Amino acid sequence: MTVAGFIPIDNIMEKKARPVSRPPDQAHAHDIREELFELEAKGELIVHRVPEPYVEVETKFGRKKKIPIEHTWHHKSCGQCGHIPGYTASIFWLHRQFGLDYTDPSDQTSCTGWNYYASGTSNSVAQMAVMGRNFAAAYQEGYYPLIHCGTSFGHYKEVREQLVHHADLRAQTRRVLEKLGKPLVVPEEIVHYSEWVHVMRHRIAERQVVDMSNLTACVHPACHYHKIVVEDAIYDPEIYGGQRTATVTGLLQALGMNVADYSTWFDCCGFGFRHVLVQRDFTRSFAVLRKIEVMKNEIDPDITVTHDTGCVTTLDKSQFAAKAHERNVGVPVLSDAQVAALAMGAHPFRVVQLHWHSTDWRPLMEKLGIDWERYWEEFQEDLEAIKRGETIMTWDKADPVAIAA
Amino acid sequence: MLQWTLGKATGSYPDVPYEEKERLFLEVKEDPRYEDFLYGCYECGICVSACPSARFYDYSPRVIAQAMAREDVDRFYEILVEDIWNCAQCFSCVRCPRQNNPGGLVTLIREVAVRNGIQETRDVLQGYTRVIYKVMLKGNQVSPDMLQPDFFPDWGPWVQSFRGNMNIWRQAIPVDTLRGVTDAAWETDENTLRELYTIWFETGNIDIIEEVDEGLYELLVDVMEEELEEWE
Ligand code: SF4
Ligand code: SF4
Repeated sequence: MTVAGFIPIDNIMEKKARPVSRPPDQAHAHDIREELFELEAKGELIVHRVPEPYVEVETKFGRKKKIPIEHTWHHKSCGQCGHIPGYTASIFWLHRQFGLDYTDPSDQTSCTGWNYYASGTSNSVAQMAVMGRNFAAAYQEGYYPLIHCGTSFGHYKEVREQLVHHADLRAQTRRVLEKLGKPLVVPEEIVHYSEWVHVMRHRIAERQVVDMSNLTACVHPACHYHKIVVEDAIYDPEIYGGQRTATVTGLLQALGMNVADYSTWFDCCGFGFRHVLVQRDFTRSFAVLRKIEVMKNEIDPDITVTHDTGCVTTLDKSQFAAKAHERNVGVPVLSDAQVAALAMGAHPFRVVQLHWHSTDWRPLMEKLGIDWERYWEEFQEDLEAIKRGETIMTWDKADPVAIAA
Repeated sequence: MLQWTLGKATGSYPDVPYEEKERLFLEVKEDPRYEDFLYGCYECGICVSACPSARFYDYSPRVIAQAMAREDVDRFYEILVEDIWNCAQCFSCVRCPRQNNPGGLVTLIREVAVRNGIQETRDVLQGYTRVIYKVMLKGNQVSPDMLQPDFFPDWGPWVQSFRGNMNIWRQAIPVDTLRGVTDAAWETDENTLRELYTIWFETGNIDIIEEVDEGLYELLVDVMEEELEEWE
């Protein structure tokens, strides 16, 4: 029905969905790489070039960003490795499935950004030096950093901006790195693993063995992915008409899922850095009242998919207490990497490590037609064999595609 | 409902000399990043509409941007003492049309509060210092062994079942750097950690810890110095 003086909602929706694209040479945001190359020419730092092969993708204001496909140095996430190890294992598993060259370094610390955002007990030069140490280690090993954590990704991008724009901070950082015998190295692009998943999505879909077309998903875009140094996140005119980041949604659509919109998509998850560790009343309330319950009420999705450590933890683990209060919750939460791995037939426990997740994932497995009890039994046998000292869990055991088409 | 109480609109710390408040204010302003984070304020409230903390606390990123832009030193001091720890550091507020970064301002004010050993800051961080210990020594913010039912009762029976299985579940991870590791997120080289300790000393980061918790500071210095001596 059309009401006089009002534009019909369908027309508005159609206009909103119409792709908006900008030529890269008209991007209004500055291209930090130009400044990096200038500093390199002056001998101030080394720019680590994105290795071939890479794929170029469009960012928020049109600049093309290079995403490397392989020869990557995996900058792991402490929250993923510590509390959701199937997240990390899935990222590696995907690389292994495609036979891509990568390295999993032990010469790596976390970015320490979680602590910085939680407590302020650091300073800008220390944060720059931690980043510089990791980047120099990657450069010296000859592999290109691929950042697993959304916060490390956002934090490093912001720290890189500050490093480029403040000569005094740069000089201090260089002095600290010299003490370690390391050069100041800054990557040409700071790349998040979900960007790699995004550019690999069609190759992932080609090898999909688990049909996901009966699933409805809600996506939570991670704040530190798309809100810090906003111009550097991937946007695609074909996804949400280029009006919000394309990562995660692009993958789910390629896998045939129905991605459903909900009104609080821009809200954070409630993680809060310090809050999630020692003041969770805020975290729980926000995660439930502004995210999970809104998704349930508006969409009732089968799954929530996101692309950062804190978001998976917060949205998953906050649901137990809310259930006790009879709130409308109960949505399993996985990362894009775990979903991609499941789609390609990864073992739900050896690789995806679902047992580290708290919200019930069994209904999701059943809807996907995955006989999780069989895989769980297999995994229990693994555990018994490990206990007896007969075996350890290696890639030899975890690599094979476990779920038949 | 009044979101912003009258107490907050007036100088509520009359015992703290203005000069002291101003000294702290100037310390924030002197940070080289300050000018990147504040350009003024339209007072439009767009930051507030996106701010998770504004929904659950008596807290407003607009007030922070405004107080700083107006150089309202009394109000700044209240923010430093009462407000900064409410911020979730999500940076939803960077959609500010004036290109401000209120969350970034909070980061700078927090640093100053910590550096100056403000009592309220020490109180807020009291329950958190075990995490500082972990991140400074291990280079990881969290580890599996931190998931204890006493600390995460609201995560339900999952935590209990996890504790019973932690060691074996950690063994059953195919990633080499993670397998079997329970006191850190992954296995880090000794030399890498020594480089990290060098960073904490060289950048003055360790001295910041002394302002928050002297006991923790001494413990950290002991462990790190011993490691670095061995290295040399
Ligand atoms: S960074 Fe802080 S002030 Fe900004 S939106 Fe998030 S919680 Fe609010
Ligand atoms: S969005 Fe920016 S200009 Fe508007 S009130 Fe917040 S800080 Fe001020």
